[in-house]
Amino acid sequence: MTDPAVTDAAAADAGSADAGSAGPGVIRTRALTKRYGAVAAVTSVDLEVRAGDRYGLLGPNGSGKTTLVRMLLGLVYATSGEIEVLGRRMPRNAREVLPQIGALIEEPAAYPHLSGRANLALLDAAGPGGRAARRTRRRRVDEALEQVGLGGVDRRPVKTYSLGMRQRLGLAGALIRRPRLLVLDEPGNGLDPHGIRDLRELLIRLNEAGVTVFLSSHLMAEVEQLCTRVGVLDAGRLVLQDDLAALRAPTGRIVVDTPDADRAVALLDGQVEQRDGHRLRVRAEDAAALNARLVAAGLRVSAIGAHQRTLEEIVLAVTGTGSDHVTPHHATADHATSDHMTSDHMTSDQPGGSS
Amino acid sequence: MIRVELVKLFRRPRTWISMVLTCALPFLVAIFITITHLAPPPGQGSAFLSAVLQNGELYPAAALALVLPVFLPVAVAVVAGDSIAGEAAGGTLRYLLVRPVGRTRLLVAKLISVITYVLFVVLAVTFTAYATGIFLLGPSRAAAVGQAPGGVPGAGGGGAVPGIAGQAPTAGQAAGGAVTSLSGAPLSLLQLAERIAGAIAFITVSMLGVAAIALFLSTITDSALGSALGSLAALVASEVLVTLNAATVVQPYLPTRYWLAWIDFFRQPVFWRDIQRGFGIQAVYVVVFLAAAWANFSTKDITA
Repeated sequence: MTDPAVTDAAAADAGSADAGSAGPGVIRTRALTKRYGAVAAVTSVDLEVRAGDRYGLLGPNGSGKTTLVRMLLGLVYATSGEIEVLGRRMPRNAREVLPQIGALIEEPAAYPHLSGRANLALLDAAGPGGRAARRTRRRRVDEALEQVGLGGVDRRPVKTYSLGMRQRLGLAGALIRRPRLLVLDEPGNGLDPHGIRDLRELLIRLNEAGVTVFLSSHLMAEVEQLCTRVGVLDAGRLVLQDDLAALRAPTGRIVVDTPDADRAVALLDGQVEQRDGHRLRVRAEDAAALNARLVAAGLRVSAIGAHQRTLEEIVLAVTGTGSDHVTPHHATADHATSDHMTSDHMTSDQPGGSS
Repeated sequence: MIRVELVKLFRRPRTWISMVLTCALPFLVAIFITITHLAPPPGQGSAFLSAVLQNGELYPAAALALVLPVFLPVAVAVVAGDSIAGEAAGGTLRYLLVRPVGRTRLLVAKLISVITYVLFVVLAVTFTAYATGIFLLGPSRAAAVGQAPGGVPGAGGGGAVPGIAGQAPTAGQAAGGAVTSLSGAPLSLLQLAERIAGAIAFITVSMLGVAAIALFLSTITDSALGSALGSLAALVASEVLVTLNAATVVQPYLPTRYWLAWIDFFRQPVFWRDIQRGFGIQAVYVVVFLAAAWANFSTKDITA
């Protein structure tokens, strides 16, 4: 474990990683590719998660999210490319890297005939840590259960747990080592709205205490409310990776809700880009100025605000349909286009603020 | 990790249920024999069984001969077949591996857990059968029991073994202070204890061959049932070929060929040839299949 050669190599790894770009990278992949036979699950992905990020990896079902997560954790071996986690190459340094990571991979799993507490203790005892870990085990188990809202859990076996309790237990399993990095694959699965809110608050709290959070999800609302940075996978390729704030920056359009839409269109001749009933999308920089102009003309304005694209619009714009969407071969292209149009219609513009 | 595996083994109801069931079969047989006083005649039926009416202390040996052909290998195949595949199907495998538990380490821990299980069941059968023999069938009434007719050692690849006097481990029987070996010569109690221990060791090692095959299959499939049945299929095939004259060429290499050689521990002097070959062939199976299991498991993509 304390082989000086290994430590040196690690230091060199970390050094080269830091040289790459500003800010310490917590997860970084280069041209990461995984093929199962002829099928490419992940193709040339350059992922970059920085320390302190709450990173949301989005993508339709079958886009390669789970395969990517499993490669980061050394469960699936990459066909080509490089992975660096916490400054060390993976999976070569799994033994040093993984103890600092808490993970939830797809569904949680536990031995059904044992209690939640016994499961956590067994999982903890299975790994490295020795006597020091054993001494603090009971306290860490209690603490993790407390964190996920299972503090009062009794000796009932896990097979009697509800889906939400199992998910919470899985999360507790990820927290039990007090990790520096959380890797969570679809953490909101099986949770009710309260559970989702608890999870979000917990992750934000942990993140503020210095834990980097990397999660994958296909629930855009969940990611939009939680994450500071998003990546979008589509058919195994990372088609988008940016800070959420940058993606959701104002678009230079104002959304106006007015019952006098016809007169507004006439007044703002040429500036109106899109009309949908009482809702107009107007090319303008300043909502307050536009509001003053409309009101001065005697128009009633019920809502006005800067136009922002929702994460959903952003993601749908860069991704195709998921792999669970199976269309007949001859019609594939047509269906894909029409699907996009439908989704565009369904996501109506929302004013970013109100008048 | 090894400690964790043992905790998992012994906190699992299946471990205890299979142990109880395995011990129940000899108990059931003993009840029938006690009631009817009908033991199979020497040379027929399960080994040692013809002699137990005369000497209840022989019952552990008879019980081992009863559970060896089916109960024990089935239990071992189920436990070993479940070891990796069961964790994969339950989803716990991926959490163990990212904990992290090294893949080789996990495999070794599983193997040790299976060995412990085999020893546990074999010892449980030995002790319950000893108690059964003493209380139901009674201690030995005659010092010497049916001699081994013919007595060609190691001839029994099949089931039938000549009538016998083996002996149970503990001592102090005034009547049978010495017990007669298969070959007719008396055995001291120390010798007997050694030979029972040898038989237990041999049976455990014989089961390790099954365990290694099941463990290997367990790393291939995510279905615990598939790997257990697969290894049982291999055993059944081996049993069939062992009794087939046309398959004489391959018989020395079959995993079940020397399974009954532990009976040779009860000859005087111990007839080592088949015992040694039995240990040898099991060692080969264990090494080959464990190597294959390791090679497969350590390079495998864990997608379950």
